[in-house]
Amino acid sequence: MNPLLILIIIPILTMVSIVMTKDVKYVRIVSAIGMSAQLLFSFILLYWFYHQRSAGNTDPMLFVTTNMWYESFNIQLKFGVDGISVSMILLTSIVTFAGIFVSWQVDFLTKEFFISLILLATGVYGFFISLDLFTMFLFYELAVIPMYLLIGIWGTGPKEYSAMKLTIMLMGGSALLLVGLLGIYFNSAPDGGKLTFDLTEIAKNGIPRSAQMFFFPFTFIGFGVLGALFPFHTWSPDGHASAPTAVSMLHAGVLMKLGGYGCFRVAMYLLPQAAHAMGWIFIILTTISVVYGAFGAIWQKDLKYINAYSSVSHCGLVLFALLMMNETATTGAILQMISHGLMTALFFALIGMIYGRTHTRMINEMGGLMKVIPFLSVVYVIAGLASLGLPGLSGFVAEMTIFVGSFQHTDTFHRVATIVVCSSIVITAVYILRVIGILLLGPIKNDHYLQLTDAKWFEKLGGITLVLAIAIIGIAPLWLSNLLREPLAAILQQIASKL
Amino acid sequence: MNWNTLYIMRHEVLLTVLILYQLIADLSEQTEKKKGVINTTIILFFVYIVIGFIPAQPATLFGNMYISDGLRTLLKNILGFSTLIILLQSSSWLSDPLNQQKIGAFYLTIFSTLMGMFFMISAGDFLMLYLGLELATLPLTLLAAFDKKLRRSAEAGVKLLMSSAVSSAVLLFGLSLMYGIYGTLHFSEIASFTNSSTLSVLSLIFFLSGLGFKLSLVPFHFWTADVYEGAPLSVTTYFSVVSKGAALFTLMLVLHRVFGKQSEIWSTAVYILCIATMVVGNLFALRQKNMKRFLAFSSITQAGFMMLGFMSNDQTGMSTVVYFMMIYGLSNLAVFGVMSIVIYQTGKETIDDLNGFYSTNPRLSLIMLISLFSLAGIPPVAGFFGKFFLFMAVASKEMYILVLIAVINATLSLYYYLLVVKAMFINKNETPIAALSSTIYEKTALALCVTGVVLIGFVSGVYEYIESLMIP
Repeated sequence: MNPLLILIIIPILTMVSIVMTKDVKYVRIVSAIGMSAQLLFSFILLYWFYHQRSAGNTDPMLFVTTNMWYESFNIQLKFGVDGISVSMILLTSIVTFAGIFVSWQVDFLTKEFFISLILLATGVYGFFISLDLFTMFLFYELAVIPMYLLIGIWGTGPKEYSAMKLTIMLMGGSALLLVGLLGIYFNSAPDGGKLTFDLTEIAKNGIPRSAQMFFFPFTFIGFGVLGALFPFHTWSPDGHASAPTAVSMLHAGVLMKLGGYGCFRVAMYLLPQAAHAMGWIFIILTTISVVYGAFGAIWQKDLKYINAYSSVSHCGLVLFALLMMNETATTGAILQMISHGLMTALFFALIGMIYGRTHTRMINEMGGLMKVIPFLSVVYVIAGLASLGLPGLSGFVAEMTIFVGSFQHTDTFHRVATIVVCSSIVITAVYILRVIGILLLGPIKNDHYLQLTDAKWFEKLGGITLVLAIAIIGIAPLWLSNLLREPLAAILQQIASKL
Repeated sequence: MNWNTLYIMRHEVLLTVLILYQLIADLSEQTEKKKGVINTTIILFFVYIVIGFIPAQPATLFGNMYISDGLRTLLKNILGFSTLIILLQSSSWLSDPLNQQKIGAFYLTIFSTLMGMFFMISAGDFLMLYLGLELATLPLTLLAAFDKKLRRSAEAGVKLLMSSAVSSAVLLFGLSLMYGIYGTLHFSEIASFTNSSTLSVLSLIFFLSGLGFKLSLVPFHFWTADVYEGAPLSVTTYFSVVSKGAALFTLMLVLHRVFGKQSEIWSTAVYILCIATMVVGNLFALRQKNMKRFLAFSSITQAGFMMLGFMSNDQTGMSTVVYFMMIYGLSNLAVFGVMSIVIYQTGKETIDDLNGFYSTNPRLSLIMLISLFSLAGIPPVAGFFGKFFLFMAVASKEMYILVLIAVINATLSLYYYLLVVKAMFINKNETPIAALSSTIYEKTALALCVTGVVLIGFVSGVYEYIESLMIP
């Protein structure tokens, strides 16, 4: 059996155990055990991966197994990972692990909450290990649909509206994606061979240019909706603001990365000529995403909205860097995915914890929290500094690499776009520092806040996990970029050879 | 006529036996013993289903009027199995003292119409098809008006009778034109024609309109919502699964096997019908408050999706149609199964009545959730596979615009399925429907459906079996 399937089996076993658990109190313990096992296994996978690589295994994908599923359509159960997927799996398990601890105090329909949350994570893991477009799409939709219940049942504010908006927009995106995938499938064998959904096979065969030009927009926008591509990002602020804490974490931290990953792994990898020819349109859109998202964040008063707009900006940066299609920029893009995943998860976790204490998310109503809840406040500052790209934390490594990479293009268009995007650093600093100033420093605005207690053990555990991950990437990014270099170089070479 | 003939026609023969049993049981049994009839009928019907699954050699009877082969046996088994589920679901409703007098009549009509559908599927000649269609339709009107003291049930019966009469007339006119063109009504002889004329387009349009009524395609759908709402729920289930399935299978056999070589005379019409049915069904479903009407429009939309498979006019396309119909049938039976428990016990049938349903009836809500997701085409349940393969069949002929329209409609339909999910799981209710009990029959029916809905997608053998039967 493929060892990668353990990534699917552990969550399924955890869900089954949750169903069997009689006492609701043990549900969170069962989930925590399951997700800790998953985190442990992700590290083991990383170790195995390194081990195989150092043993001289140079296959682009490792742990590949292929089983025929639907013979008449040539749909395969094909799983395998490269450096990019391994780092994404690692990100997912860290965020899920933290998410379980942050939702320790969910007391309404606890069982159902954890099952939906883990189901969402299962979809994400399945997506990252799939090498067959059909299974990839299956897991993609599987990851999106539990969001509806998670936001609708456990959310806050206008949750029903947000849940419906998010689900319909994302499913609309996947409708476009479906057309794109079918187009890729039916053009996957231009030499008259057998049609296939196999990613590597399609990349090798190449797709006729005319078909590429037609299906690239469908595929890219389809994934781009989940990656908060302007103007399809509007689900993101509402969805994140209404979602319960752990769901915001998982969604902004991991699920939005599915969009970027898919744009790169499917749209650009399989349709390189179209990506090259039409890239400029999407570079303009992502430039708007980055700057608009950052400006949007300045105007918001609700902490979650601020972070949601900041996510739009940062995820726009990911797509922007991917579209630059050179090694440095794409490495930066993947680093940014991981960095943003951890950072935004931390932000949402902290916002959830603060909201749980103050019962408001409006920054104007709060102040001086540093004096009453120092632990949470310090972690908030760390997250903020990572977000605005302070050296020593993960955000700096990622953004620096992106800007260096995209400035390597010598033509005016790319240069101008890069300069415009660079301006977002300043805007980010504005909204981050402004929030820190109002929220954490200054006088305490409400006497009720004096009674607030600082983080409990499970909150500390969740927060520290994420801070550690951010710091490790910030201080020692090389192991990660080494992990990414080989697969990215191979993909970019493949793209270049097809141009 | 020998034993082998009887064996080839075992579906129809056994149904006749069941009908005769009903006639005798209705005469001799006392009112108190009526409940025994329900049990016996279900057991006998189950035995019949098992016998129906035994394979038989392909054969033709009565001078090619009656055809039996692997594919047709499978289609009959799908319809028979769905009917078994409906019999299980209707058992508690029939054992109600109000309906005990009519048990015999109910089974009698339902088996007669099922037999008509079997003749439609097995027809090798348009005349046989027409006879089967009439046998299937007339008892249906009786079933629609089954709650004869209810005004809306009576209205449903009359409405259905009128529209079926018109649709039969239209279909018959199409057939008469066909006879004029080809000089024969035999499938095999018509199938050998390759050149078509304007008149054959006209005759086929009449034929399509006639069957379109049965399948409730837009613009022939006006009877659907009213009849679904007026008829007793078990009958509505029968309409939306078995009756629709029979019409779809017949249409598939005619379009693919008879007019397959002249696809240019029907492809445009089917293309337009597909889009109209999906769009109009969706738009009407968006605003429905009553579950029965809601399911009526949802099933219209699904009929539009089913028609997509015809567009590719090859074995893959037809297999996806049968596969999708099977999954749609199971999902719809599960939804109706839950609704029948709710409606028969509480009489509540609007979506708002389902508010807070999960807090009192978690299992029923989960079954409903899974089936609605299957109808909407959400993985990992079977509906996803059914829809995906249908879209693949269309895309294989490079009709990407149609695929795009279809997937957009699939997304739209997700909205109203989610509204029901929202009512059950999210909306708060001070007085939700109390915890409901269900009989062993109802539990079995739901368990069968849900198992099918969850597993069929993962077992690729199901699809491949259907495709292997498509080879003529």
